[in-house]
Amino acid sequence: MKILVPIAQVPDTTAKISFTDNNTKFNATGVQFIINPYDEWYALVRALELKEAGLAEKVSVIHVGLADADATIRKALALGADDSFRIDTDPADAYVVAQQLAQFIKNNPYELILMGKETISYNSGVAAGILAGLLDYPYIANASKLDINGNTAVAHQDIEGGYQVVECALPVVISANKGMAEQRIPNMKGIMAARTKPLQVIPAYPVNITTKYEQFELAPGRSACKFIDPNNVEELVHLLHTEAKVI
Amino acid sequence: MSVLVFADASNNGKVKKASFEATYFASQIAQQTGGKCVVLSLKADDDSKQKLAHAGAQKIINITNDIPAISDVSVAAKILLKYTQTEGIKDVVLPNDIQGKAVASYLAGLLNTGIAPAVTSLVSINGSTYVFKRNVFSGKAYAQISISSDKKVITLLPNSLQIQWNTQNIAEIKDITENDNYTPRVIVKSVEKTTTGGNIPLPEAEIVVSGGRGLKGPENWGIIEDLAKALGAATACSRPVADAHWRPHHEHVGQTGIAIRPNLYIAIGISGAIQHLAGVSGSKTIVVINTDKEAPFFKAADYGIVGDAFEVVPKLTEAIKKFKASQQ
Ligand SMILES: Cc1cc2nc3c(=O)[nH]c(=O)nc-3n(C[C@H](O)[C@H](O)[C@H](O)COP(=O)(O)OP(=O)(O)OC[C@H]3O[C@@H](n4cnc5c(N)ncnc54)[C@H](O)[C@@H]3O)c2cc1C
Ligand SMILES: Nc1ncnc2c1ncn2[C@@H]1O[C@H](COP(=O)(O)O)[C@@H](O)[C@H]1O
Repeated sequence: MKILVPIAQVPDTTAKISFTDNNTKFNATGVQFIINPYDEWYALVRALELKEAGLAEKVSVIHVGLADADATIRKALALGADDSFRIDTDPADAYVVAQQLAQFIKNNPYELILMGKETISYNSGVAAGILAGLLDYPYIANASKLDINGNTAVAHQDIEGGYQVVECALPVVISANKGMAEQRIPNMKGIMAARTKPLQVIPAYPVNITTKYEQFELAPGRSACKFIDPNNVEELVHLLHTEAKVI
Repeated sequence: MSVLVFADASNNGKVKKASFEATYFASQIAQQTGGKCVVLSLKADDDSKQKLAHAGAQKIINITNDIPAISDVSVAAKILLKYTQTEGIKDVVLPNDIQGKAVASYLAGLLNTGIAPAVTSLVSINGSTYVFKRNVFSGKAYAQISISSDKKVITLLPNSLQIQWNTQNIAEIKDITENDNYTPRVIVKSVEKTTTGGNIPLPEAEIVVSGGRGLKGPENWGIIEDLAKALGAATACSRPVADAHWRPHHEHVGQTGIAIRPNLYIAIGISGAIQHLAGVSGSKTIVVINTDKEAPFFKAADYGIVGDAFEVVPKLTEAIKKFKASQQ
């Protein structure tokens, strides 16, 4: 079995968010980029664990994006992925990403496509589902546990108020939620090895672009906090009812 | 053009709040585009069907038989695809909850079309270009996203709008049996519930009571649950709390947990790290209870109490109970 892990590149979780070009573009100046945590900590690490357990022969990572993401892709190789691909185009939205990935997978079949639940930047959470729909592969969303049993994926799929144990024959698209694996830190050996592992750049497939971010605006800050005496919680209840009108 | 909503009530016949919101939202789009708001519901009871009409549905196609295969999202998406064709649908709206998002994205793939995910409001409709508002960067910013494909799939973030119920609205209701034989590929073996307190799904909850490491251990969660119960709230937690298995994973809110935007978020013993705030800063009102007056969360709060959770929270629960009793 071969596993493909599509990874997104996102601003570091503590990055200051701002916009340029009349608030139409994310301002990347001075921003540190990382692999989207869901893709790295859960999807990629679980894929590597499956390989280490002898259940997969190869783990490839793929990124839809421009050359500025190569360092991020190398980090995935340093963690232990065997090889990598970059489809050379601007990842305008989840539909673009899914179309590119679908074309790639049609030409390069993988039995397991393991993605993140969502990117922590644009918070779409739909690329995996669109990809599965485009390929007509089965789709397990929000999996917090994943095992492979012969030709079958066995997963815990998070649902509201709990989880369900599901099974599905390969090939399948799965999106990873927290819990599927534990974060790993790349070691020196991995970092050295990553330099010589393959990173193949693939020209973009022609696809449709249907959505566009027209305008951004920072969320307004809150006005100063009103402090209430811990011995007068009735005051808080009163304010929540009369001022905030939330109870 | 007509807009289709999917409302799954197969659990107990009750349509969920998030699906009523999606219906109301879809009816606004339908109104502006001169189309009809059509709801495909699954085993909705009479009361729910009436409420769907009051939320804006003009036509309700209610599947009355069990379709076990629908637990596979690809089957749900294929059934929806069929009705987009038979009803001449251009736009599909689903709630952006776990199931809604999975079905909507799969459907977008089947339709080979774009998707506007987790939108919070409609900004404008100009010909076949719709502009929506949505939260990005985990609530740190808002964006306007335009979608201009011929067919559109839209998911609506729960709790984003106030439904204007129209009790005069009457819908054409068709109860049908769905006879197509779908074979599920994803098979559900068992369902494990991990909720302890009330049964309010976190993403839909209007009030959320959340606990952090300041509570010291899982044995102390009784005070959180009591307060949640008094308020009719859902419970949540910070990431280290879920990592330590004090609370189930799905209660973890924040940048790497779920993002919520309830009317009222009460954070107890949570420091207010930037990654935590990312998932809750969309809340309308935030109350913080923390022993440390320098805790960063107070900067993001509307109301704060500097005090020990173990003393303040039980008192607050009593005060809420009294208030509720006085409102009866
Ligand atoms: C990439 C990344 C992603 C992350 N994603 C998330 C995320 O999604 N969600 C998340 O929550 N965190 C996330 N974190 C972790 C985050 O940085 C913080 O470590 C975490 O939120 C802290 O949790 P806490 O507030 O419960 O604990 P602490 O920071 O330990 O705070 C405990 C608080 O309790 C107070 N306290 C102590 N005793 C009492 C008492 N008796 N009564 C009242 N108050 C008391 C203390 O003053 C303190 O403020 C992420 C971190 C990284 C690096
Ligand atoms: N540019 C990209 N290249 C490769 N994979 C991506 C890209 N963007 C998103 N993904 C994958 O799709 C998942 C969901 O992304 P999204 O739907 O954009 O929130 C991510 O967790 C990644 O696994």
